[in-house]
Amino acid sequence: MITLAHFLALGAVLFCIAVAGIFINRKNVIVLLMCLELMLLAVNTNFVAFSRFLGDPSGQVFVFFILTVAAAEAAIGLAILVVLFRNRATIDVTDIDKLKG
Amino acid sequence: MTFELVCFYFFGAVAAAAALAVISVKNPVVAALSLVLTFFSMACVWLLAQAEFLAVALVLVYVGAVMVLFLFVVMMLDVDFAPVREGFVRFLPVGVVVAGVMLTEMLMMIGVRTLQTTPTDDPALLAGMSNMEWLGHTLFRDFLLPFEVAALILTVGLIAAIPLTLRHRSGIKTQNPGRQVMVRREDRIRLVKMPAEKNREAAP
Repeated sequence: MITLAHFLALGAVLFCIAVAGIFINRKNVIVLLMCLELMLLAVNTNFVAFSRFLGDPSGQVFVFFILTVAAAEAAIGLAILVVLFRNRATIDVTDIDKLKG
Repeated sequence: MTFELVCFYFFGAVAAAAALAVISVKNPVVAALSLVLTFFSMACVWLLAQAEFLAVALVLVYVGAVMVLFLFVVMMLDVDFAPVREGFVRFLPVGVVVAGVMLTEMLMMIGVRTLQTTPTDDPALLAGMSNMEWLGHTLFRDFLLPFEVAALILTVGLIAAIPLTLRHRSGIKTQNPGRQVMVRREDRIRLVKMPAEKNREAAP
């Protein structure tokens, strides 16, 4: 039978892959945004699993809200990325230092 | 090993492999498509956890909307990705070490006790309704205000994305409908008084 630990372990694996992705793709903003989405997916998996095994629907409702916020975040993030690329012609994180004092 | 467990391992392995592809491939279009595969596999895992509504919502919202947005942006921006990947090898050991340590800690924390948590019957079915009904009762009874706020957040996000990407270009000619409507006859027509021609016969 699938136990709670199976779901939690899968979520942990996905989360760690996303963390590693943020470390090794430090320059590419697009892949960084994708890694953020992966992290949210891993967290959502934990919510779904706990909701299932504790019999509480609040966990699934929370996933619903996380999906909403993640969609808004992706839209704003990509809009900022487009504006940034239009002004600077680069998406390299190390080149984006205009605000440096 | 039950059929359910086999399915879980299969979907989980596909999701993990696709997630690894997301962070390691060169081409960002391939990365976005791998992310689609990850989301789809995780939706299947959520189905195994009897979260049917959320699994369908994940496919619709993420695969249908967010990832298409990502693909649009990746294809629209003409980015040269060779210099962007410069630090890849340099940060690879750090990333692998940090992720490995984190994964070990998390798996230790998840521990043995949760392994013995045998699944109960589907809580939604125990309450005598489908998963969607179960979720909907909670969402619209206990979480009505957060639901409205979520709708507001989506609207704000939608409106904020428009002025962010709006661009005012100088030196292009456009129509001004206000001035077009307000135009008067005197602005356009000039009446000129000319003497009428008289003796045509005199002409040669």
